[in-house]
Amino acid sequence: MSVIQLTVNGHQTQVEAPPMKRLLDVLREDLGLTGAKEGCGEGECGSCSVRMNGELVNSCLVPILQADGAHIQTVEGLAIDAELHPLQKAFLECGGAQCGICTPGMLMAATHLLVHNPHPTLEEIREGLAGNLCRCTGFIKIFDSVIAAAAMGGAKTHAR
Amino acid sequence: MSENTANCPPTRIVGTPQIRKEGVDKVLGRAKYTDDLEREGMWHGATVRSTIPRGRIRAIHYDPRIDWSEFVIVTADDVPGKNHIQMISADQPCLVETQVNHCDEPILLLAHLDKRRLPAAIAAIRIDYDPLPAVLSIEASETQQEIVWGSDNLFKHFHLEKGNVDDIWASAAHIVEGEYSTGAQEHLYIENNGMIAEYSEDTGITVWGSLQCPYYVHKSLMAVFDLPAEKVRVIQVETGGAFGGKEDYPSIIASHAGLLALKAKHPVKIVYDRMEDLAATTKRHPSRTRHRAAVDLHGKLLAMEIDIATDGGAYATLSSTVLSRATLHSTGPYVCPNIRITSRAWATNTVPYGAFRGFGAPQTIFAIERHMDRIALAVGISPDEIRRRNFLHSGDTTATEQRMNEPIILDTLLERALKESDYANKRKRFAAENPHSPIKRGLGLAAFYHGAGFTGSGERYLNSLAGIDVPPRNKVRVLVANTEFGQGTHTILCQIAAESLGLSYDDVEIAPCDTNIVPNSGPTVASRTSMVVGRLIERSGHQLIATLREHAGLADDYTAQGFFTACDRYRDQHGKVESLCRYEAPPNVFWDDQKYRGEAYPTFAWAVYVAEVAVDTVTYSAEVTNIYTVQEVGRVLNPTLAAGQIEGGVAQAVGYALYEKVQLKNGHMFNNQMTNYIMPTAADVPAIHAIFEEIPFAYGAYGAKGIGELPHDGPAPAILNAIQDATGENFHAIPLLPEDIFVRFFSHTPHQEPVTV
Repeated sequence: MSVIQLTVNGHQTQVEAPPMKRLLDVLREDLGLTGAKEGCGEGECGSCSVRMNGELVNSCLVPILQADGAHIQTVEGLAIDAELHPLQKAFLECGGAQCGICTPGMLMAATHLLVHNPHPTLEEIREGLAGNLCRCTGFIKIFDSVIAAAAMGGAKTHAR
Repeated sequence: MSENTANCPPTRIVGTPQIRKEGVDKVLGRAKYTDDLEREGMWHGATVRSTIPRGRIRAIHYDPRIDWSEFVIVTADDVPGKNHIQMISADQPCLVETQVNHCDEPILLLAHLDKRRLPAAIAAIRIDYDPLPAVLSIEASETQQEIVWGSDNLFKHFHLEKGNVDDIWASAAHIVEGEYSTGAQEHLYIENNGMIAEYSEDTGITVWGSLQCPYYVHKSLMAVFDLPAEKVRVIQVETGGAFGGKEDYPSIIASHAGLLALKAKHPVKIVYDRMEDLAATTKRHPSRTRHRAAVDLHGKLLAMEIDIATDGGAYATLSSTVLSRATLHSTGPYVCPNIRITSRAWATNTVPYGAFRGFGAPQTIFAIERHMDRIALAVGISPDEIRRRNFLHSGDTTATEQRMNEPIILDTLLERALKESDYANKRKRFAAENPHSPIKRGLGLAAFYHGAGFTGSGERYLNSLAGIDVPPRNKVRVLVANTEFGQGTHTILCQIAAESLGLSYDDVEIAPCDTNIVPNSGPTVASRTSMVVGRLIERSGHQLIATLREHAGLADDYTAQGFFTACDRYRDQHGKVESLCRYEAPPNVFWDDQKYRGEAYPTFAWAVYVAEVAVDTVTYSAEVTNIYTVQEVGRVLNPTLAAGQIEGGVAQAVGYALYEKVQLKNGHMFNNQMTNYIMPTAADVPAIHAIFEEIPFAYGAYGAKGIGELPHDGPAPAILNAIQDATGENFHAIPLLPEDIFVRFFSHTPHQEPVTV
C-alpha cells in the first residue's frame, strides 16, 4: 500500500492504495467519483479520460503511484457550483450526449482541446476528439456541441 | 437539415427540439450506470466459459492452491427452476450441464467479496472435454453432415412465391446473377453488459441492470428461479448504449447474477470487461444472399429469385424473427410481378447471433442494392434510372401481396438526394479527374424501406399496455417499460404526453423503469417505441382529459394548475389518477402467419442515400467523404433526436461496410479488444447530411413511424456502389477492408466481371 496525495477538482485528498491500482479505480472506488467510466481498460475508448496536471490522460492506464501529488480534473469538477460549464450546456442543447456513457470522457477531451485551442476548426475538433469513442451520435452533434461551446467562451476554465 | 413539415398539423411540443430528460445528469457525470451502483454487502460475480466450440464436459478441476471456501460456486445443478433462457425457443441453457455448443459458453459462476480475486480463480479452474466435431460456417451447416441443432441444423425456413418466376427466364432481355455476403458486427456499446441481483425469501429476486427489455428479463427469471411474477422485479438503470445488443443477452447475465445472489446470500454484481463482452455476447447475423433477376430491355424487373442464408450461431435465440425481417426486406423498395424468396437460418457452433439495429434488413438490403447497380450495368442505364423505373408506388403490391395504401414518395426522395449531393455534376467531375489521380472518387446510391414496428402479427401478440398517472405532486408520469439507452425514448414519450394533455414538457416525467411500477408496453426494439408505444401514450392523454372533464370538473380551457387541481379532485374520489391504453391494430392490417402473406408491417419508413467515397490506390483505403441521407419517417417528433438517430446509425453502418471485422477462430472471436476491432472515430466519420420529408402516419403517435433502424440499412450498399463507381471494381462482401481492396487490385489487372449470364 502507498499513501498518495492528490488534488481532485480543487480538493486536496489522500488515499491509501496499492501503487499499481489504476487512477480510474481510485477515482471510482476510493473517492466515489463515478463520472469517469471504464469502456475498454486499454486506453482505446477514452471514456475514462480525465485531466492530470493539465494533460489529458486515460485514467485506466495511469498507476496511482504515478499520480502522486498530481492535480486531477474530472467531469464532476466541470460545473461551477450549480452552473453548467459551456461545454455541458452545449452538449445538452445540441444533442451531443445520447446514451451518455462516453460523455464524461468526451467532455474532458473537449475541455482540454478548448484550453489549448479556444476556437478550433472542424478538422482540429475531429483530431482533438479522435481518442474518444462514441457509438451513438456518429460524432456529428458532438462536433456541433464543441463549436457552440467555443462560441460561448468554453475555453475559460474556472479557479479550480 | 431542412425539413418539410407542410403535411403535419400544428403542435406545441411535438416536433420541437426539447432537451433530453436525463441530459443534465449525463453531462454532469452523475447519471448512474450499473457499474456505478453498490448494494450493501455486495459481492462480485464472474463466469467460467468454454474454450472449445463443441464437446462434452468430462471433468472440472479446481486448483487446490486456491481457498475455494471463500468463493461461492454455482453450476447448472443450482438452478432452482428451468435451466434455460426463455426466448422464442427454450433451447439455450442458462449454464451448460454436459454439452458445450459454442466457445465462451457459460459453464460455472463464481462470486467473491473482492472482485480482484476473481481472475486468478477463473484461471485456476480447468475443464476437460471430449470434443465433438464443430460446424463453423453457413456452408458447413448446409451440408448437414454434422447435425448440431434439431434434426437438420435449421432454425427457420421461409418460402415465399408471388406470380410465377419459372415462366419468365426464357423471355427476359437480361438475366443478372450475383452473390453477396455480410459479416458479423459487434454492437460496441461503450458500456459493457452488467447486472446486479439481490434475493430474499420475502420479495424474491430483484435485478438492476443495463438492458433494453425489462419484461424479457422478467420472463426469463420467472423460469430460471421458478418464481411467480410478483416475486421477480426488474429495474433498468441508466444504460450506456444497446443497439439490439441488450435485447436478449441481459436475460442470461441477470439469471447468472441472480443464481449467485441466491447461493451467496449477498447481492452480487456482474460486470463484463470489454474482452468478455466482445467474445461472449451476441452480434449481427452473418449472411449470404444470392440474387437472380430477370429484366426487360428497359430494365423493368420481371422476376426475382432470392436465396438467403444466415448464420444463427449455436442456439435459436432471435434468429427466426431476424430471418423474417431479412426476407421481407430482400426485394428492396421495388415492384416485381414474379418473386421467389427462400431463406434459411442455420445453426453453427458459434456464439448465438442476435438483434442488432436493422435486424436482418441491412444484410439483404446490402444484397439487393448492390444487385440493382449490377442490373443497371447490364441494361446500360444509370443507377438512379434503374431504381426510378422499378420503384414501388401507392397501390402496388409487395412480395407478400401487401397493397401499399400509404403515400410513397420514393421519386421525390431520389430527386432530393440527387440534388442535395450534386450527383450529376460530381459524377461528371470525378469521371474526368479520376484517370489522372491516385485518389479515385465515386458516388453510390441506395434506396430502401424499413418496416416499422414488429413484423407480421408481432404487435398483436405483444398486446402492449402503457399509459400515464398523476401522483399527488403536480407531475404527470409516463408509465412504460420502454427503455432509454440513448435514442431519446424518455424525451419523446414525455413530449407526446405533454402534447396530448395540453401541458408543458416540464409538467411530465418518466416513471422509473421498474416492473413493479410500469406495465408491459413491450420491448424497446424494432423502431416501435415512438410509433406504437407513443400512440398508446397519446391515447392515454386524451382519455385522461375526457375522464377529468366528465368526473372532475376540468374546464374546457384549462391551465396546468386547473389540470392538477382536477387530478387532486379525481384522486380524492377514486384513489388514484391513472390512464392506460392497450394496443389496437390499425384497420386493414392483417398478417397470415401460416401462409406468410399479408400486411408485413403497418407502415414503412422510406429513404434514398447517396455515399461519396475516395479510394486511395496507394494505401488501398476507402474513405467515405459525404453521406447524403433523405428519408421519410412520418412525423419527426424531435428534430435533434431524429438527426442524432440518422447520424449515429450512418456512422455505425460505415463501420459495418469498411472497418468492423469480427475474426473467429474455432468459433471464438480473437480480436475481442477495441485495439483490433475497429469502429469509426471522430477522425473517420463522413459529413452526414440528414434530410427529412414528413408524411404523418395516421396510426403512429402524432404521425410518427419508425426511425432508429433505418439509417443502418442504406450506407453499406451505397458505399460499395460508390467504390464501384470510383474504381470499376465490383466488391460483393462486407466488411471491405484495405487488405481486401489491395488483394483485388494487386492480384489482377482490373477486368469487368461478366454481369449478364
